[in-house]
Amino acid sequence: MALNRDFIGREFPATEPFIVGREHVRDFARAVGDSNPLSTDLAAARAAGYRDLVAPPTFLTVLQFRRPTAAMLDPALGLDYSRVVHGEQRFELYRPLCAGDEIVSVSRIGDIRDAGRNELMSVETEVTTTDGERVGKAVSTVVSRGTAARRES
Amino acid sequence: MATRVRYDDVSVGDELPTADLHVQRVNLVQYCGASGDFNVIHWNERIAKMVGLPDVIAHGMFTMASAGRVVTDWVGDPGAVVEYGVRFSAPVVVPDDDKGAVVTVAGRVEEKLPDNRVVIVLEARAGDAKVLSGARAVVRLD
Repeated sequence: MALNRDFIGREFPATEPFIVGREHVRDFARAVGDSNPLSTDLAAARAAGYRDLVAPPTFLTVLQFRRPTAAMLDPALGLDYSRVVHGEQRFELYRPLCAGDEIVSVSRIGDIRDAGRNELMSVETEVTTTDGERVGKAVSTVVSRGTAARRES
Repeated sequence: MATRVRYDDVSVGDELPTADLHVQRVNLVQYCGASGDFNVIHWNERIAKMVGLPDVIAHGMFTMASAGRVVTDWVGDPGAVVEYGVRFSAPVVVPDDDKGAVVTVAGRVEEKLPDNRVVIVLEARAGDAKVLSGARAVVRLD
């Protein structure tokens, strides 16, 4: 089933703040094989001038799953996760993300379009602290495999 | 913040140390848990094949994060990364055997920007397949 194009341009605020946990930073770093002491050793992070452990650069991706926007789960969008592969991802980090940060995100569906038999959907997520400080932006494009509407040729 | 590499010591064309990343099913399961991405194609061979994939594939984000280590290991400080983007050009297929997949990542200094920023381009290959394309990170050095 093709994705519902009515969702293009819709903006979805996150429902609840997300607190970056110290053990979560450690777990994430371990899962991606990252043994950087600034992400795993509190004393090392503090000695380098950080308040707490520094999250690896792609950590913001967890928001997509821990605080999924209602849009992605809305059956009306028609996204079948078993058909989804990731097409592109980009992060802009305005400042390092550290354990203890309390963040919220606002996502917007930028575009949905056909690419051959597949569909591409881009989602832009702005992340700020609950105090309103800008933290970063995540832009992702997902590929919905084989769901492009069939057209008469 | 303290970067291991200093802006003034970096030249365009400098190569970062190459890394061979070994990816087995257990790494994907661990990443499922850490990220919260439990998409079945990353752990269930039956469904992966049912939807037309050759086998279980790695999360693109797992590959992106792992490849990013080439940058952060070089720089020394993950907080120095101000931008990082990739296109996932081919899946990393992870067979259920004792070897799994090997992703080879190479990086090179592409450009020096104002404000102590440096552009690094990355290449990531699994066998003959280029698994990331247009992979680019911007870091701010001391």
